[in-house]
Amino acid sequence: MEVQVLFFGSITDITIVNQLMVKDCLDTKMLINHLNLQYPTLADKKYFLAVNQKMIHDNTILKMGDKVALMPPFSGG
Amino acid sequence: MQVNERYIRQLILPGFGLATQEKLTQAKVLIVGMGGLGCPILQYLVGMGVGTIGIMDADTISKSNLHRQLLYEEQHIGLTKVAVAATKMHLQNSTVQINEYPFAIAKDNALEIVDEYDFTVDATDNFSAKYLINDASVILNKPWIYGAVSGFEGQVSVFNLNIKGEVPINYRHLFAEQPASNEVASCEEAGVLGVLPGIIGTMQAAEAIKLITGLGISLNTKLLNYNFLSSSWYEITIDALLSTPIINLDFYHATNYELDCALSNEQIEEIDIDEIDISQFLDLKKDPHLFILDVRELHEYPTIDFSHAQIPMSALKNSIHQLPNQPICVVCHQGIRSIYAAQLIKLQKQIEVYSLKGGLTAYFNKVNND
Repeated sequence: MEVQVLFFGSITDITIVNQLMVKDCLDTKMLINHLNLQYPTLADKKYFLAVNQKMIHDNTILKMGDKVALMPPFSGG
Repeated sequence: MQVNERYIRQLILPGFGLATQEKLTQAKVLIVGMGGLGCPILQYLVGMGVGTIGIMDADTISKSNLHRQLLYEEQHIGLTKVAVAATKMHLQNSTVQINEYPFAIAKDNALEIVDEYDFTVDATDNFSAKYLINDASVILNKPWIYGAVSGFEGQVSVFNLNIKGEVPINYRHLFAEQPASNEVASCEEAGVLGVLPGIIGTMQAAEAIKLITGLGISLNTKLLNYNFLSSSWYEITIDALLSTPIINLDFYHATNYELDCALSNEQIEEIDIDEIDISQFLDLKKDPHLFILDVRELHEYPTIDFSHAQIPMSALKNSIHQLPNQPICVVCHQGIRSIYAAQLIKLQKQIEVYSLKGGLTAYFNKVNND
């Protein structure tokens, strides 16, 4: 089971990459725990989550091929 | 007719015509920020014939603006942005009325100025202004067009558009709290690629034209993100499901919007908190307007029956908007965590916040000995 994780804006300052394939995360909570281990400073970042281009508010079950986006606030102009 | 000649190329588009042009003439639009986003927004709205446009910015033109703020020239360095923009735009289209506001949006001017226009286009570069525009627009029941850039990406959306039967989405549905300084990765002047705010600003101008004319479909349920490097757009459907503070005048007055970049952890520690001792606390406790907040973790003992809420320190940062706008006394075990909690609350809310000196340890010593 593999999902695609997409990083936006200042999150990519931490992750360097714009996207990542992650295996064996059954839901978004598990995925975030996994990402926080891989990128410890991510835990302090503010962002909202979207699964398959739709904003989510609660832990969401993931299935093969889902796209999970981490969207931080943007403020530059 | 002269009007027809100027606008003929848009008038002849299917579904446009004189009636639509008249909507543009009647429209009143406020643009906050006359920088990288604001320049293209203003240029297109003036060109297309939006009748009245307010432009707001406190800044003067500097050399480092010229690579992206194409309204300004070398000879303008040191001059006020809104003055130069208004002069140049009058030359472009003398039929458009431009109102100049050569100062920054602030809590004491936002409601009054936003109210004078049909909607606001956010062309600012800071969270303080974005949250002010959001909250003022929600209070006044007007939409606003959001735009921002970060690195090689930019994004655009339309907030608080009131469509019958739907809850209008506002920016606090995405991020309930204004990010505090320590949550913003770097406050150094960030790099901006000249063309990027040009693209995003032009998208915002397009959304403004759609709002005025009713053409097409507004971006009000989407956050549209553009990546310059990959030339790709990514659209996220957003909603109003997140519980957010009720944005009304009380909330507006109690909110501290000035969480500027320079505010670091050390500066949060410098926020003065009134520490009250146990006898003052016992007096104050009788006042029904005092809200007592316990910030101990849920597993800590003893339990108390006189607090109005228990929000553990670990969860406080994201819950401050749920606190009432009345005096708050924070309590914890020893009176140390409660000072930091009180500072965090005071950073975001302009209310009286106290910390109980010595904490519940002191309280139970006093109560049990009396």
